[in-house]
Amino acid sequence: MSVTEIAEPTEDTSPEEQVWLGLYRQIFRIRSFEERAYRLFMEGLVKGTSHLSLGQEAIAAGFGEAMREDDYTFATYRGHAHTLARGTPMAGVMGELLGRANGVCGGKGGSMHLTSVEHGAMGSYAIIGAHLPIANGAAWSAQVRGTGQVTVCFFGDGTTNIGAFHEALNLAKVWNLPVVFVCENNLYMEYTPIGDVTAVEHPAADRASAYGLESIIVDGNDPDAVCEVATTAIERARDGGGPSLIEAKTYRHGGHSRADPGQYRPDEEVAEWLSRDPVPTYRERLLSRGVAEDVLTGIEVEAAADVDAATEAAKAAPPPAIEAAYTNLWADGGASWRN
Amino acid sequence: MAELITYRDAVARGLAQEMRRDPSVFFIGEDVAAAGGVFKATKGLLEEFGPDRVRDTPISEEAILGAAMGAAMTGLKPVAEIMFSDFLATCWDLVAVEIPKTRYMTDGQVTMPLVIRTANGGGLRFGAQHSQAVENWAMAIPGLKVVAPSNPRDVIGLLAAAIRDPDPVMFFEQKSLYPSKGEVPDGEIVDELGVATTVRSGTDVTIVALASMVPRAVAAAEELDEIGISAEVIDLRSLVPLDTATVIESVKRTSRLVTVEENPRLVGWGAEIVSIVAEECFWHLDGPLTRVTTPHIPLPSADALEDEFLPSVERIVEAAQKVVQ
Ligand SMILES: Cc1ncc(C[n+]2csc(CCOP(=O)(O)OP(=O)(O)O)c2C)c(N)n1
Ligand SMILES: [Mg+2]
Repeated sequence: MSVTEIAEPTEDTSPEEQVWLGLYRQIFRIRSFEERAYRLFMEGLVKGTSHLSLGQEAIAAGFGEAMREDDYTFATYRGHAHTLARGTPMAGVMGELLGRANGVCGGKGGSMHLTSVEHGAMGSYAIIGAHLPIANGAAWSAQVRGTGQVTVCFFGDGTTNIGAFHEALNLAKVWNLPVVFVCENNLYMEYTPIGDVTAVEHPAADRASAYGLESIIVDGNDPDAVCEVATTAIERARDGGGPSLIEAKTYRHGGHSRADPGQYRPDEEVAEWLSRDPVPTYRERLLSRGVAEDVLTGIEVEAAADVDAATEAAKAAPPPAIEAAYTNLWADGGASWRN
Repeated sequence: MAELITYRDAVARGLAQEMRRDPSVFFIGEDVAAAGGVFKATKGLLEEFGPDRVRDTPISEEAILGAAMGAAMTGLKPVAEIMFSDFLATCWDLVAVEIPKTRYMTDGQVTMPLVIRTANGGGLRFGAQHSQAVENWAMAIPGLKVVAPSNPRDVIGLLAAAIRDPDPVMFFEQKSLYPSKGEVPDGEIVDELGVATTVRSGTDVTIVALASMVPRAVAAAEELDEIGISAEVIDLRSLVPLDTATVIESVKRTSRLVTVEENPRLVGWGAEIVSIVAEECFWHLDGPLTRVTTPHIPLPSADALEDEFLPSVERIVEAAQKVVQ
């Protein structure tokens, strides 16, 4: 498909509409990428595992839109969306999923460890809770360097029950760090309903007061709502107002990982959440606000073309060279431990 | 000019030396600032560098190391204290899974210039949860550098090297050595990681030791001298990078090796040294490669028992005699 066919927003698109289109572009791109990632997993081209954000796109998009270019993102193993939302090129992300040399981590990270430091995507962490204290460190560094950078750290509902969550929130408050913690509450920790294993109803928001923080809940399927909450929290952090904890209610359309069909979830629950799918819902909203349909179609066509191109680039890329395994353990570029 | 100072004071002096030189060096930990550390090894730093650069933390070992890691990834050179090395188990995810692997997994997109200082080992009758020698745990993790000084001069020189190193360094201070004194030259001291020191030359047997085992090995060598055995003593100083060249060169001359480590028997670092020597200079050997270790038990607290089970001068002498026979 040729790029010239795409209807671009014109110069007289209002700033407000620019934001809406930015959000729609993000959720549609992530949706298209994740659907392709799932297909490639089923085809055996994505090896190991992969955790998709299908259904949860609005959170990555809303924050991505609200962040400054030099802000820091810390994500989990369910991190394709967050890595893409910072502007990491799709080909490098796809290459990493396929274990190819063109991957953003040269094939040494994989689906669960996507990182693109030049885009502020400071890593995807696969140990539950680990990256909350690390996100504090980046925020502390920005604070003492006086750069005004804000750190945004995404994690799941299940993560609110591990010690690192509590240690991190306490320290963030005590040190007044410029960090925003975002709990994507998709109602399940792996296969177990979060309510079955959590002492409070809202796993993040109900804990906020323990750390002197405001209790904030947002509809995680609504890109506008997420972007608004994100903007407020990020601005507060940037202005020296300290950390925030935001609980975004959402739902994953598929299983936890790999080919999990998610059969432990009641049909009515799935149907109810599918009816609130952020992609068609937001499309409808933009049309009702008077956005021209061909502008939306243009975004969709472009995203599809990008996913195709990224897939082709990844498939065409060679596997990492064997010698690459002995590089970049140490800052000198090597992996030697003796003389 | 030189000065006689304690191992404890050397820690503060080493940190101060580096913090004066480099404003991106920060120091955090429990009770380290206002109180000067539970071992009083960081006294005076808060006064000199202020609360921004010398910070007390909550009792949150994961939060401490997470703060150090995130800061290291984004331009600072943090030094984090974990009060007792036993407590590393509470933040082992950071130590073993996050800090050492992130540079590698991102193919070099981040660097991790941080130091984790910790009080390691036995000898103070603290019992099995405050006396473990765990430098071998760290040695088992690809991506960590592992250092353990045996004297005040090396505390300063190796701490400076660790702080200047762009990779994560585990810095094990042997807590029974804190009151020990040693000569320290004036001025800046900076060593190189991965360089062992031959602290005593000999011809019959090579004794390889680390941290508090070094003075014991030297005392053993002096006793051995009296019974006609000439022992060479090597202070490894760093387990990663490992100065195998110095060890191999020595064993080729003496043809015998005894390692002295505080770790419990199984998979202590001595096993690695023995295996390297067995592979790389087997044909030079005239005696069995021998390890002196703590037995494979948690270290008991009673002084009589602790003294019995930590490698003693007597046990080192016996081991050396046996291999030379
Ligand atoms: C410390 C730790 N324990 C267990 C796991 C295995 N595990 C991986 S994902 C997951 C569920 C996490 O749930 P949640 O935080 O809600 O995130 P979600 O996957 O729903 O995005 C578990 C238990 C892990 N990776 N790390
Ligand atoms: Mg969940």
